[in-house]
Amino acid sequence: MSFLPLPIVAEVASKSLLTLSSVDYAIITFYFALVLGIGWYLKKFASTGEDFFMAGHKMTAWIAGLSFISANLSSLETMGWSGMAAQYGLLAAHGYLIGAIPAILVLAVVMMPFYYISRTHSVPGYLKLRYGEDSRVLAGISFSAMTVLVCGVNMFAMAKVMQLILGWNLHFSIWVSSLTVAIYVTLGGLLSAIFNEVLQYFLIWLGLLLVPILGLWEVGGWHHMIEIINQTHPGQNFTSLWSNLGSAKDNPMGVDWFGIVFGLGLAISFGYWCTDFLQVQRVMAAKDLRSAENGTIIGAALKMLVPLIVTIPGLLGLAVLQAKAHITFVGESDPRVGMAGYHTYNEVLPLLMGRYLGPGLLGLGITSMIAGFMSGMAGNISAFSTVWTYDVYKPLIRKSGSDAHYVSIGRWSAVIGVFVAIATAYAAQWFPNILIYLSVLVLFFIVPLFGAVIMGMLWKGATKAGGFWGFLLGIGSAVGQWIYVHTSAAGFNPSRLNPDHVAIVARSPLAGDYATTVYSAFWTLAFTLIIVFVVSLLTPRRAESELTNLVMGLTPRPKVEGSLFQRPVFWAGVVAAVLITVNIIFW
Amino acid sequence: MENKEQPAMIPIWFFIGINVLLYGVIIAGSGLIHWSNPPASVAMTNLHPDVWWGAFMTVIGLVYTVRYWPTKIKEEPRPDTNATGGIKRD
Repeated sequence: MSFLPLPIVAEVASKSLLTLSSVDYAIITFYFALVLGIGWYLKKFASTGEDFFMAGHKMTAWIAGLSFISANLSSLETMGWSGMAAQYGLLAAHGYLIGAIPAILVLAVVMMPFYYISRTHSVPGYLKLRYGEDSRVLAGISFSAMTVLVCGVNMFAMAKVMQLILGWNLHFSIWVSSLTVAIYVTLGGLLSAIFNEVLQYFLIWLGLLLVPILGLWEVGGWHHMIEIINQTHPGQNFTSLWSNLGSAKDNPMGVDWFGIVFGLGLAISFGYWCTDFLQVQRVMAAKDLRSAENGTIIGAALKMLVPLIVTIPGLLGLAVLQAKAHITFVGESDPRVGMAGYHTYNEVLPLLMGRYLGPGLLGLGITSMIAGFMSGMAGNISAFSTVWTYDVYKPLIRKSGSDAHYVSIGRWSAVIGVFVAIATAYAAQWFPNILIYLSVLVLFFIVPLFGAVIMGMLWKGATKAGGFWGFLLGIGSAVGQWIYVHTSAAGFNPSRLNPDHVAIVARSPLAGDYATTVYSAFWTLAFTLIIVFVVSLLTPRRAESELTNLVMGLTPRPKVEGSLFQRPVFWAGVVAAVLITVNIIFW
Repeated sequence: MENKEQPAMIPIWFFIGINVLLYGVIIAGSGLIHWSNPPASVAMTNLHPDVWWGAFMTVIGLVYTVRYWPTKIKEEPRPDTNATGGIKRD
């Protein structure tokens, strides 16, 4: 491919954090060969629309659950949340506890039956059945835009990370990763994406678990690590989940319990886990409803384990890298970035990998990061392909095509989606903080969608107009708040918050980007629910007979058979009990 | 839905097994080669984590590879997704 800027495959820059050996390169090369081989092998199993877009409904609960969680476990997550833990302490673990588990359990036992029994193929497809074509197309277009943007962010982030820690050429990383993803998603569709997500899940754990094990060994165990952090950060509470959330000024995140519970735990979390089709598609591909429900619950249990390889390394960044290696961590925009002894919070995980992983192990760790980034791209592209084909192309461009035609459109949309994402990857260079950018995308597109969907599922009085206008004005509300908090007398600046406006949205001028985003999400959700409610009161309702299998109370649930231990609600209760216990232990 | 036969698919667990097995052998082998001469820039090398982690991966990979070896799989009927609320495109 002569047009690719590939003169240097691994140009090791003088300032790269890590250096790979030939063993490490062998491990990385085998991974690329394997994923392409899997894509090629799965091509013959992706011949029909159901195969290509829904993985043929062959997935067991375990594969669905692993894929469900793995689609969310991209390297943006592992690196970003490790950095958050180094910056904010144990508070960062809320992203894996109250910021995920309750929503996943509600998806499993409340919402999944509606998605499954309504016999739709996507979340926008449910909107069509509940609110009509306008809402479906709005959701299809907004979701397509979001998936392509997120795919591009993953590409750019991977390229930046590989450039930073290994000195790889930026263009080389973007093109090789994107073309690999384009090939294996185009060949195998969702099946290919799911296979690689499950593979990635194993690689991430095998590649990263040694970091907290060896780190805790070095510092003398968990309690010694906490002692070191408390000694080196006097007067600051980095090691509690809840006791420092009484007020925004009591913790480094600048957020209080209300923001965590209702902004993160309700608006962002429920929006993301219950209505982001990228996630829901994985468990909808399960072979039956029980597998879909159990797979989701398995995903919740696995999600609670992720802090072991994300939050603990972040804390080790404070106890080992800062206290023993005398590294100072600063924000991305800090002028000291690049000076000797200074690193950004996002570099905590790569630095720890370099500290503990020798030849071979380092290759595995880097491979797990590459797999995480590529899996994030593939997940978004496969979801984009489905939603674009069935929720945009089919209703707007060609209503009555053959199954083979739509599969062809799905394959082409995957390729085109990757190329559009490449363009957005280069555009992402202008955003100062990628994790915040991602959470803003969820705020814009997913939180209003969740408001419309949950009202439609739980209230039979929600009307077509109520759903559509609630969704549309919810998006407007989210965008409006984001512009408002970034506008000052000097004008609009997307990388700078106006404390006066932040104090109104997030109840404290101390609130940072993330705290402001979770508060905006709460207001957006509340606004969406109110609009759906008010407009529904003023517009004609649909007959109840039209809402069968779409709304709670009008949807007969399949009879649950088997013993207590086979019932999803039992295991959801077990996971909820563990969640409560963990929160109490680390209160 | 027509309950027709379709080609048997090699389970994902087999691919994972092969991948983990190969990586385990490489990592353990690298650890043995560097046993008495570990990289100076790496901490905790006195524990030889590459050797025992590589050995652990080799065992896990071997178990998955043997358990899900392709000749052991049988052709399966296409699942009937309507049994408990299948999904169809609208």
